[in-house]
Amino acid sequence: MATTDQEVNELIKREYEHGFVTDIESDTFEPGLNEDVIARLSGIKKEPEWMLEWRLKAYRRWLEMDEPDWAHVGYPKIDYNSISYYSAPKRKEDMPQSLDEVDPELLKTYEKLGIPLHEREKLAGVAVDAVFDSVSVATTFKEPLAKAGVIFCSISEAIQDYPELVKKYLGSVVPAGDNFFAGLNSAVFSDGTFVYVPKGVRCPMELSTYFRINAANTGQFERTLIIAEDSSYVSYLEGCTAPMRDENQLHAAVVELVALDDAQIKYSTVQNWYPGDEEGKGGIFNFVTKRGAAIGKNSKISWTQVETGSAVTWKYPSCILRGENSVGEFYSVALTNNYQQADTGTKMIHLGKNTSSTIISKGISAGKSSNAYRGLVKFGPGAEGARNFTQCDSLLIGDRCGAHTFPYIESKNKSAIVEHEATTSKVSDEQMFLCRQRGIDPEQAVSMIVNGFCKEVFKELPMEFAVEAGKLLEVSLEGSVG
Amino acid sequence: MLSIKNLHASVEGKEILKGINLEIKAGEVHAIMGPNGSGKSTLSQVLAGNEAFEVTEGEITLNGENLLELETEERAREGIFLAFQYPVEIPGVSNLQFLRTAVNAMRQHKGQDEMNAAEFMKLAKEISKQVDLDPAFLKRGVNEGFSGGEKKRNEIMQALLLQPKLAILDETDSGLDIDALKVVSDGVNALRAEDRAILMVTHYQRLLNHIVPDYVHVLAGGKIIKSGGRELALELEERGYGWLGIKDEETADSSVN
Repeated sequence: MATTDQEVNELIKREYEHGFVTDIESDTFEPGLNEDVIARLSGIKKEPEWMLEWRLKAYRRWLEMDEPDWAHVGYPKIDYNSISYYSAPKRKEDMPQSLDEVDPELLKTYEKLGIPLHEREKLAGVAVDAVFDSVSVATTFKEPLAKAGVIFCSISEAIQDYPELVKKYLGSVVPAGDNFFAGLNSAVFSDGTFVYVPKGVRCPMELSTYFRINAANTGQFERTLIIAEDSSYVSYLEGCTAPMRDENQLHAAVVELVALDDAQIKYSTVQNWYPGDEEGKGGIFNFVTKRGAAIGKNSKISWTQVETGSAVTWKYPSCILRGENSVGEFYSVALTNNYQQADTGTKMIHLGKNTSSTIISKGISAGKSSNAYRGLVKFGPGAEGARNFTQCDSLLIGDRCGAHTFPYIESKNKSAIVEHEATTSKVSDEQMFLCRQRGIDPEQAVSMIVNGFCKEVFKELPMEFAVEAGKLLEVSLEGSVG
Repeated sequence: MLSIKNLHASVEGKEILKGINLEIKAGEVHAIMGPNGSGKSTLSQVLAGNEAFEVTEGEITLNGENLLELETEERAREGIFLAFQYPVEIPGVSNLQFLRTAVNAMRQHKGQDEMNAAEFMKLAKEISKQVDLDPAFLKRGVNEGFSGGEKKRNEIMQALLLQPKLAILDETDSGLDIDALKVVSDGVNALRAEDRAILMVTHYQRLLNHIVPDYVHVLAGGKIIKSGGRELALELEERGYGWLGIKDEETADSSVN
């Protein structure tokens, strides 16, 4: 009934709670992009010559590329010369040597976001790399990790300290010419996280990066590279927030994962970039390329994402299953409200024998938003005995939103098996009435029903973050139906 | 306790209830009987505040308070409980979580502390035994894959947990075999209390062999056409609704008498 829709409408008028701005002095480039800007960026970071060359090559290639227009989203044309490509909090010396040297304003920012960086208040058992605008400002738990042989640092440090590893793997999974946004990122990425887990090591704690955009008119272009050597294991989580601003801001990240024989990488994302206001003004354009290469036999790459933020999302965390018996997984919850648009999904590219993949996608649309699942399952000629299971469920809240499913299947091997299930449902009036008749607030009822819908995905998240994800959903749903 | 005066209600513009008058005192058990389409279920939905139904005239008060001014969840917190005829499924939400959320919403309303997971688990296990439900049900999704009988027992379990002032049972006997009917009836009888009223809505009188009412009302064409004691139900069973000049499949639109 319409009445329930109205109630749900009234439900969610809570504000984005991470929308504050940190008042901090920053070194910020003038807007604009050309070879000089890239050279300056590389210079500030004291990068070796090869890195600059790599960037310039990517830039020249990018100039020849076209922005993709096939996604089910619409947004005003981006003027890439109106964006500032570097912004970093000012600091006296080079890198802070310890957390005591990190600007207290920055520490306060992360505390406010619920990510205390001080070791004494640290998140139990989770190491954090904090990226603020264009730079990594702090990384916790470096020492105990180093003892285990795990390298966990900013990508800028890795370029200085582990150039051979970076040279070998950077761009090996997502080449600079892969797509328009990956090309741009390759040219101008300013920081990000580097993880290396040596042979036979099970990383002793969860690793995480917390991305924060603060400065206005800047883009954030981070680059993450995770390498898991033979028989190693690592679980990594990223979180993202940004201030509320009327202008759209661009976030174009690239994440590359490499899993060798018997290695396992679990990558979880809780994305809560500023989604824009109720009228659809402002918000982050989240155009991200994430891909994992399961190179080794019996390797496994697992993506779990909870996407609640951003004005426009264009994101397809994918797996290239090259190794025999390698496994790819994609668990996704994507929630859109108000005028948010999401076109997200995955690609599972089966190349090796007996490779298998699982896709569980839960799309929730509320308000006037648009939510599309786009997925490709591809079997190469060598993918003997490969199989995929895909389940795409959409939940609609109200009657002014849209849900779309675009599954693509390509098979060059007759022995491959694909199963695909899809459902669309609504938060029904009967469910709402049952909850309310038991004394439960309508708002709490919607959030409980939506959480139930997402259960299969939430159980894939590391424990510490499953609760956070549930709460985030609750906040994002506020005022959800329009 | 509950007072209904000249209640008219419609759904999608069609009038279903055409002037109901009913007084229920604390401690009493009332049964509303009537043929299909007489407005029985509508009455229970209207009392619980389902917004699909529009009250066009009349009043409902609970202990003097105007119920029509209260939202569904506010009525629930004031002590109105509806055991649904067809309880809906909520996939992925565990029964335990659902029940605890409900109990804590009530406790919060009464200014009591919320129950933590361990305390609640203990209470829920005890009560689930009372309605012969395996505590394993607590971990399953709300009504997800429950049989008809399990759903009904789950409803009664909720009533026992929430301890309402007025429990409305909508066709609680439908679809139950004799054993399940016994379990459900025992649960309802356990609810009977000096300070609580029970309103049973039923098509058949067999439920009333197990839960003996103080009063029986016959609803037809959106009005109560006859009221009496327990014996009225027995007479109805013997003589059928035709005895009162109404057909069993009659719609609410056709006139009575």
